[in-house]
Amino acid sequence: MKIAIASGKGGTGKTTLATALALAATGPVQYLDCDVEEPNGHLFLRPQLDNSEQCAVIVPQINEELCTYCGQCRDICRFSAITQFGQTVMTFPEMCHSCLGCFRVCEEKAISEQKREIGILESGRAGDILFTHGRMRVGEAMAVPLLNAVKNQAQDDHLVILDAPPGTSCPFVETVLNCDHVLLITEPTPFGLHDMALAATALNNFNIPYGVILNRAGLGDDRVQRWCEEHDVPLLLEIPFDRRIAECYARGGSLLESIPELTHQLRELLDTLQEVNA
Amino acid sequence: MKEVIIVSGKGGTGKTSLIGSLAELAENKVLVDCDVDAADLHLLLAPTIIAEHDFIAGVKATVLAESCNSCGLCEELCQFGAVTMNQQALINEMSCEGCGVCAHFCPEQAIKLHDHHCGHWFQSQTKYGPLVHAQLMPGEENSGKLVTKIKQEARQLAEAQGLDLLLVDGSPGIGCPVIASLSNADMIVAVTEPTLSGWHDLERLLDLADHFRIQSLVCINKWDLHSEMSQEIEDACKKRGTEILGRIPFDRTVVDSQIQGIPVVCHNDSHAASAIRDIWEKLSVRIKESPADSVPPHLQTLG
Repeated sequence: MKIAIASGKGGTGKTTLATALALAATGPVQYLDCDVEEPNGHLFLRPQLDNSEQCAVIVPQINEELCTYCGQCRDICRFSAITQFGQTVMTFPEMCHSCLGCFRVCEEKAISEQKREIGILESGRAGDILFTHGRMRVGEAMAVPLLNAVKNQAQDDHLVILDAPPGTSCPFVETVLNCDHVLLITEPTPFGLHDMALAATALNNFNIPYGVILNRAGLGDDRVQRWCEEHDVPLLLEIPFDRRIAECYARGGSLLESIPELTHQLRELLDTLQEVNA
Repeated sequence: MKEVIIVSGKGGTGKTSLIGSLAELAENKVLVDCDVDAADLHLLLAPTIIAEHDFIAGVKATVLAESCNSCGLCEELCQFGAVTMNQQALINEMSCEGCGVCAHFCPEQAIKLHDHHCGHWFQSQTKYGPLVHAQLMPGEENSGKLVTKIKQEARQLAEAQGLDLLLVDGSPGIGCPVIASLSNADMIVAVTEPTLSGWHDLERLLDLADHFRIQSLVCINKWDLHSEMSQEIEDACKKRGTEILGRIPFDRTVVDSQIQGIPVVCHNDSHAASAIRDIWEKLSVRIKESPADSVPPHLQTLG
């Protein structure tokens, strides 16, 4: 079973929850940090990272000796990654989406594959938990190819917990696609609800089942509970606001250290989700 | 014109709460919400929308059922796994990147590309000044292009109205929308918090600003949740030559003011509010000092 933890708004507790679920799980479990721009799961799970590999995408390299300057590669590229001025062809690898259209359209076979590094993929273990994250190269804009490399590590015979990036755009979508269930964690504030509702709209469009977990309950008001009732969305768990939890998190401590009884609740939650998705 | 971008790396550190207050304190500015897929600034500033525009970017492919002969070439060519073959080819719009390769090579010309409507952007008026903001439709792509679009519009608006400052609310992360928002920036204000994740993400964000040679200033929000770590973050920033603008204490009035839909500096008795006033005092000096003719880093339009 694949469960993604998402939120819309950043900083509502995705990594806190995702790592706590991985720690609470009883069977074989895998944690995938899909926030490749700002991965944080390793700060809480402290895995031993034994495997590290570069992640690269394929971009075109023009061999000007073979090029006839026909302009077809420039014309097929919809991402402005190839331009041509007279007898000069220039490529802009960071604009390239690796669709390979230019390779295919070139009749002279004047385009060869060049690799562009976008980040590193690291894997290992944190106790019994299988761990993978991606660290996007600073300055790189495209998160999705590395995110997909992280997702490709998923082990089907494990419970897979995917820690999603904030927002509701493509990196969020790529994380939740093909997941069995999504847990939306939010906080009881106008920003928290607004962004969570956007994420919920996207999940409705994709027909992915989801439930809500309210973090920092008691800090704001009851708008998230009311929203869940009005929209018939299950409110699965409330985690109280407590300054001690915030202080424990600050040091990289697990949520289960601050509230030990949560272990049991999270196990029950995982059992329920397993039953629903069985 | 000067551009100040509020960013954080980690989400939820208080970018929007800070810029909401700067909106009250700063004059002669245009406000821009570049967190286009989870925009919240409008919830604090209660804008009146003057104009709403569609945001069209990129294309999506669709199969003309009557022309498809199920040869499967499109499935073979698609690098994004967007095509599945049943009786005929079927394109999953979510996965389609709009590269057009399938349409180009289809022997039956059975695939058409159509413009893709990804969201909306708005010109609004608030009691604090003009606001340019947007809403990417949930689950959509092209956030970087939408950021670039609304920043261009905001600059034009500022020029037309003789305003000399762009105050920009950025996205979390360090990827596409953040890089797009840094184009033309004079400086970033990085909002962090004294947590291992806040600090870790701040370092990557400061590396990004260095990469584009943009000046960084740092605010530590909720600093008293872990005062030792706040000190360590300050020391680490000093070591890399990054100025600390100030510290904001954890203060429930920040949440209260969000619920009331007003900037926290409108609360006179709030500790956070007085810290933010001090930060603005320092920041406004830095804005004045920054070179007027700073050469903007060359950044491409990202999609």
